[in-house]
Amino acid sequence: MTLKRLGQQEVVFAIFAVLFAVFAIFLPGFATTQNMLTLLQNVAVLGILGLAMALIVIGRGIDISLIAALAVPPGLVLQMVQDGYSLPISMAAAVALALVFGLVNGWLIAYAEVPSLFATLATGIFLAGFGQAVLFKLDVVQWSTGMSGFEHLGQGAILGIPMPIIAFAGVCIVVALLLRQTRIGAYFYAIGDNPYGARVTGIPSRPIIVLQYVLAALIGCFAGFVLAASVNSMPTRIFNSTLIYDVILVVVLGGIGLSGGRGGVLNVIIGTLLIGTMLNGMTIMDISYSGQNLIKGMVLLVAVVVDSFLNPRNEETAQQGDI
Amino acid sequence: MKAIKRFIAGGLASAGLAALAVAPALAQQGLDEPFQASFKKALEGKTVGYLPVAMNFDLTEGWFAGVKKELEPYGVKVIVRDPNWSTSAGAQALTTLISEKPAAIIVHNPDVQTYAKLMQRAEKEGIYVIQVNMGSVYRSAAFVGANWIEIGERNADAVIKACQGKSNKIAIVQGALSAATSAYTLKGVENVLAKHPEIKVVSSQAADWDAAKAKAITQTVLKQNPDLCGIIGFWDGMDIGTAAAVKEAGLTGKVFLATSGGGERKGACELVKSGAFDLNVSYDVPTQAADMAGMIKWLLSSGVKPGDAKGSIYTTLTNITKDNAGSDTACWNLSDLKK
Repeated sequence: MTLKRLGQQEVVFAIFAVLFAVFAIFLPGFATTQNMLTLLQNVAVLGILGLAMALIVIGRGIDISLIAALAVPPGLVLQMVQDGYSLPISMAAAVALALVFGLVNGWLIAYAEVPSLFATLATGIFLAGFGQAVLFKLDVVQWSTGMSGFEHLGQGAILGIPMPIIAFAGVCIVVALLLRQTRIGAYFYAIGDNPYGARVTGIPSRPIIVLQYVLAALIGCFAGFVLAASVNSMPTRIFNSTLIYDVILVVVLGGIGLSGGRGGVLNVIIGTLLIGTMLNGMTIMDISYSGQNLIKGMVLLVAVVVDSFLNPRNEETAQQGDI
Repeated sequence: MKAIKRFIAGGLASAGLAALAVAPALAQQGLDEPFQASFKKALEGKTVGYLPVAMNFDLTEGWFAGVKKELEPYGVKVIVRDPNWSTSAGAQALTTLISEKPAAIIVHNPDVQTYAKLMQRAEKEGIYVIQVNMGSVYRSAAFVGANWIEIGERNADAVIKACQGKSNKIAIVQGALSAATSAYTLKGVENVLAKHPEIKVVSSQAADWDAAKAKAITQTVLKQNPDLCGIIGFWDGMDIGTAAAVKEAGLTGKVFLATSGGGERKGACELVKSGAFDLNVSYDVPTQAADMAGMIKWLLSSGVKPGDAKGSIYTTLTNITKDNAGSDTACWNLSDLKK
């Protein structure tokens, strides 16, 4: 491969490989199986969210409301169980809520033709507010005894591999199959590449867009289940955090352009691995919080600069909008 | 002996006679308590503003419910302004509150600086200001709250004690770097650590009050130091994540986890009972609410000019451990407090 053909994906992968090698050599205790599992486990939820975002971004959209889908439906499960409902009924209610939320998002974007950025920004704030005002008593929805068994999703392990990693791998496989093996997946790329062209060729683009947002909401809700099971509570205030930027970062850093039609599951995995490696290594080194932010920012900057140096903007790429 | 007996009997008899003489007079005519009417008048129809950093979490909901419960029966209206974690929205809300001229304002500071000038202005305009749990550089009529330094010291003491004869390696999970409560607690921990050079802090990281971040950090630290003997966490709401990491590593009971919080039953006692936390230093929220309400009653009825009297009511801290976590009084329920 010549240097010219290095894309963002390869650049980020190279940075990841270099970082990984440096940590493995200089940090005792980094390159152990146990630590690798921890590293993956810590970014599993981020990775799952990244996959949901990837589905949307490939279709030339963006879903800012993903964190609301992560926080509110799983929070509803914990709250309902606390109020005495059974776990299966509560789960069904949560999935139904996520489903309706995805449908509303999709309808607004596909049929009402509201730009995805604004539509999901509004619906996300609405859902989070709805949760705070109507559904939950406290920001942190606490665990109750009726939830027992559910925590295996976040704290259990199969053959020594923690469940969040298995959940991430599972969603990776499902999304990869959907994108690469099904007609619907091909439609996603077609719509992302050229929405008008896709419509002219007879692709039912509106229902497909609705489907994208429904899938994203459901995957987001699943990520929330894993998170809640993993920390034995649902801190719904997570909606106010910067998590959504991290999710977009994973997707864009991995090489899925916001202009749509490109990238896949592998990109999300690479982006997630880079973030995971940085976080893990810096925690082991016990670097201060501000120091961590500084390093994170620098690595990201290097990735972006190297990419724009290797892949200078030309007429074609410049025309593809940044959202 | 006999003399003493006779003396007692005589005493009782004369006391009885005296009672007989007075009782009819009391029964016929009530005696007015001279101060209660003016007390009632001083409170009746007054308004108290309440400005927390945000509603919807155990501490601020508990304070609100507790203060309302104490003051509303006297005809005091308690109004809440919820800035939902936004410092600038909070400053704005405080400015509006001052112009509405309530009798007193309860302020929960987001940091030591932001509201200082505004609180000074409020007291100049004749409004009593009570600060809760997070004191600002401006000292107003009263500060009611936990002594964070002491919380850090208590937690560090407990962890170091649990570490005796073990690896002496501990980890610290801080809150948000910008929060003064976190910095104060850290100072308390440092005070104790200075006396124990044998203790090695293998990790001291900020988890932003976020359970997921606390879990991720603790997992990594435990993998690197499986012989860790204790962790000091800065808030129980966040340390649910810390505890989950300890449990997943199969180290519950081996790693001593000390934390602190407002003592709400689900967030404190039940987690201590389950073994997730070994120590939870509680600044009992209903007590703090009662202290604030008591302070407001005193100030309103005393007629002291706002800004003239200044004092502090540091909350007496309770250690919640396995020994008392099962008792009915160690923790409180938000739902009960709201009744």
